[in-house]
Amino acid sequence: MKLYEYEAAELFLKKNIPYPDFKVVSNPEEAVTAADIIGLPVVLKAQVLVGGRGKAGGIRMAESLSEVKTLAEQILSINIKGERANKLMVAKAYRPQAEKYVAFILDKTHERHLLLVSSSGGIDIETSVASGSEIILKVPIDPLLELQDYHVRRAVSFLGLKNENAKTCSKIIRSLYEIYRELGCELVEINPLAVINDSELLALDAKIVIDDNAVRKYGLSFVREALGPEEEARRLGINYVELDGNIGIIGNGAGLTMATMDLVKHYGGSPANFLDIGGGANTETMFNAVSLLLKSNKVRVILVNVLGGLTKCDEVAAGIVKALNMTKTNKKIVIRLVGNREEEGRKILRDNGLEYYDSMEEAAKKAVELSIINS
Amino acid sequence: MGILIDDRTNVMVQGITGKEGRLHTEAMLNYGTKIIAGVTPGRGGTEVFGVKVYDSVEEALSSHPEINTSIVFVPAQNACDACYEAIDAGIKLIVVITEGIPIHESLRLITYARAKGSRIVGPNCPGIITPSKCKVGIMPERLFSPGPVGIVSRSGTLTYEVAMSLTNVHIGQSTAIGIGGDPIIGTSFIDALEMFRQDSSTKCVVLIGEIGGEAEEMTAKYIRQVKYEKPVIGYVAGRTAPIGKRMGHAGAIISMGIGDAHSKIEIMKIAGIKVAQTPSDVVKLVISSLT
Repeated sequence: MKLYEYEAAELFLKKNIPYPDFKVVSNPEEAVTAADIIGLPVVLKAQVLVGGRGKAGGIRMAESLSEVKTLAEQILSINIKGERANKLMVAKAYRPQAEKYVAFILDKTHERHLLLVSSSGGIDIETSVASGSEIILKVPIDPLLELQDYHVRRAVSFLGLKNENAKTCSKIIRSLYEIYRELGCELVEINPLAVINDSELLALDAKIVIDDNAVRKYGLSFVREALGPEEEARRLGINYVELDGNIGIIGNGAGLTMATMDLVKHYGGSPANFLDIGGGANTETMFNAVSLLLKSNKVRVILVNVLGGLTKCDEVAAGIVKALNMTKTNKKIVIRLVGNREEEGRKILRDNGLEYYDSMEEAAKKAVELSIINS
Repeated sequence: MGILIDDRTNVMVQGITGKEGRLHTEAMLNYGTKIIAGVTPGRGGTEVFGVKVYDSVEEALSSHPEINTSIVFVPAQNACDACYEAIDAGIKLIVVITEGIPIHESLRLITYARAKGSRIVGPNCPGIITPSKCKVGIMPERLFSPGPVGIVSRSGTLTYEVAMSLTNVHIGQSTAIGIGGDPIIGTSFIDALEMFRQDSSTKCVVLIGEIGGEAEEMTAKYIRQVKYEKPVIGYVAGRTAPIGKRMGHAGAIISMGIGDAHSKIEIMKIAGIKVAQTPSDVVKLVISSLT
């Protein structure tokens, strides 16, 4: 789960990582009041979760209160890479002498923690790391060892910071590591870490991505607006991802469901979604899954692919029938049902006039065919 | 033969008194797996399907020193603690079924396990089956049959799909191992391939990957480097997955320019892996590599 900048900044402040004075507002009038209290100039920052908001016009500097009002209106009304900001951060603006980069990241490939630092702040770390850039220092941290002084010394020395700023930077790195470990983050990042003068550093942005399993296990709560069917599915305990096509996909198990999507594409169709009912799904889960897709305007054909291991085919079949009986629809449904209690499940389908397939390839072909006729 | 488990495998079930633990203990016993003991702190002295339950791994081992394998059904809240207890008691093979363990915790766990010489399989995996001999996992056993094909997979149901398709044409499996859908796992494709390489009953290996991470890429590199002698048939799920979206499994996400299916498939092909376009093509490629 990615945090909004202001959520991450609040966590930074709790750990004494210096951040410019800021307020979070939701309309231009509040922005003006906030700017007046904080003192001009200020920077207005759209609170969105997509990257690259600066280039998309989501970050603007304001020198006067009238400018604050105009720019706040603008930022709140524009589409930022498919997202609209409901909140703005109004922060004191600074002109740094230099910008650095500091982050902790979980290196999944090499199974370790990494402290990343760079003397060039504002860089796009994803491309720089991928290209093996020399402006970045990677300090590997053994999971059993945790962060040691020497790790921090290496990073600070690479950044070329001296005296007071070197001390502050060491503290910032330690605090950042505490946040990273305590919340179970995949990434914590200060980009840029601004050198304001010889004795002042400030984090000018805050990025935190927490592992979803950690969010659940530690009971962390961050308020999120409902985001359509993906949010509805999440509440129902179903894994759901929205796609562009017109064939709704329901499968059991992440791999099988992805493979079903791929097959649809292979035969020339286009998947409308990924919906994984998970292991051991029952009538209720399947009912919810089919009902969710029946509500969708873009789905023309629903393709169900269930290989019952723990999942019982008769329960799945009952869920499909129940959902279809409750909604009048002109959508077509194609079902592949094999495995645990297969015969019982197929009988339920037959009794309700539904066809079924043995092989997922045959079912996918049929779904693609119907999607062309039914579009 | 087969790898990791066989008829000498003596299993302890951690979290045996929970719903999942009970369900699968019964299924494993019916399959013929030797389940020697169960452990649930606070439930010592009870029994589950005739299997004695102990409060601690230490107590279970002192009564049953023949235990050499553990399967863990303990919920995410306490799963790592259960694994550490098994590692410190000297158990060398620990299969972790539990889903939802934070990656920071699994990272620490697998690092510690390696340092102590214990192998973790999983977490978030369906386990291992050596057909007709032993099952330490949750897979539907009737889809599997004994034979020459090793299967290693990041996905549970796709493993079942492939095993069932093979069994339907009378091609059995030496061992099938689900390594798990999390980003950090204890046993990699490479670990499994190395074991299948040494196993004389395995004639070819099916490797089922998916989007996310670099496991398939690293495996391709390994296969090239060691000039892997047995045919490897690959499949990668998620060719149509969008960037930045988690597809069911915690590890199934294309992010930071890493993990898309097409680049995995290309690298696998270069390494000499025969990559199937569809799950049923896997069977065709297995047949052609066995003849």
